[in-house]
Amino acid sequence: MQLTLTLNGVRCTDEVQADTTLFTYLREKGCLSVKCGCETSNCGLCTVWLDEKPVLSCSVPALRADGKKVTTLEGLQDEAAEFGAYLADEGAEQCGYCSPGFIMNVLAMSRELTHPTEQEIQEYLAGNLCRCSGYQGQLRAIRKFLAAKGGCV
Amino acid sequence: MYTARNYVFADSPEHAWELNQKKTNTILSGGCWLRLGRRRYDTLIDLSKLGLNQIEQTDTYLELGAMVTLRQLETSPLLAQYFGSYFSDCTRHIVGVQFRNCATLGGSVAARFGFSDIVTALLPLNCQVHLVKAGWLPFTQYAAMPYDRDVLTHIRIPLQKHIQVVYQSTRNTQTDLPTLTCAASCCDGRISLALGARSSRPSLLHGNTQSDLLQEAEHLTYVENMRGSSAYRRHLAKILIQRVCTCLEGGQHPCS
Repeated sequence: MQLTLTLNGVRCTDEVQADTTLFTYLREKGCLSVKCGCETSNCGLCTVWLDEKPVLSCSVPALRADGKKVTTLEGLQDEAAEFGAYLADEGAEQCGYCSPGFIMNVLAMSRELTHPTEQEIQEYLAGNLCRCSGYQGQLRAIRKFLAAKGGCV
Repeated sequence: MYTARNYVFADSPEHAWELNQKKTNTILSGGCWLRLGRRRYDTLIDLSKLGLNQIEQTDTYLELGAMVTLRQLETSPLLAQYFGSYFSDCTRHIVGVQFRNCATLGGSVAARFGFSDIVTALLPLNCQVHLVKAGWLPFTQYAAMPYDRDVLTHIRIPLQKHIQVVYQSTRNTQTDLPTLTCAASCCDGRISLALGARSSRPSLLHGNTQSDLLQEAEHLTYVENMRGSSAYRRHLAKILIQRVCTCLEGGQHPCS
């Protein structure tokens, strides 16, 4: 079946199977920042934006993205590098496997919430699991990142 | 993960209903639960191009489309205007923001899971559901009905004056499925209280006082599973009933 979408600003048309997930499609398109973790819609590793909203690409059928705008980390490289530097400064990147999904969700949060509280940050990011960091370094990085952007907690 | 041969965007609710009469086809709502299964489907029926993702207001009710996401429920200014933090309280513990941007109201309601925060929250609100063939039904009737192949399109929540609502749940960890859910509304001194995550379907109780509700809750079934024993859930039910009644007495969640 034919799928047409805008991937990181580039219009793409491809043939996909009915049961292809957006995750599989994006990996096949070379967006290797999109990773698979739990396959039970829990871990947030596969987070991408669908029409600017963060979604789990492992749970979205590729065909549902037809006509929509999909953004992965590859499409936000400057911003991702900027926040990634805060993660590195706080020693919060660790193995790095969860970082792309985590960064996508932090950037979505920074657009959606103005001046989020500590609780709002924790609730927004509850769907991003990290087995290395214990989350404290990540929270410090977010606070500093938001403060630098004028959206401090 | 499921497999499927065809994918169809329904042209109309009636088209979706026709396609859904074949047992090997299925409605694709959010797809979050469906993906956990390994079934083979002939056709996935996608409702996402039917404009069912709107929350609309009339003089007497709010009408929510089946494809409204849980995140929309959580953040809708309209729902917040009439129900305070009620819908935020019943959705914000469900996995994460990304999941709630995928999962839909219709998927949660049509599946009628016993653990559903959404079904528990809608039960005390005197809602109605719209099915393509059956038309409008009371939500309480729909919640108790056996599964069939009709297609849910809308839910109406009446705007009742002087109604108060409160939602509470307990979980072993923050984003886990709930161990027990409890939602209550109070209108003219009459309390309607739903208890979920304790059997295959949530139950709705009615009473004028906390003791009426505690007495009724004693007669319910409380299942035992990996999230809690039957005795633990029975005990939690008393606690949550006391908490929601205290909130209602304190007028903490009045609706305008």
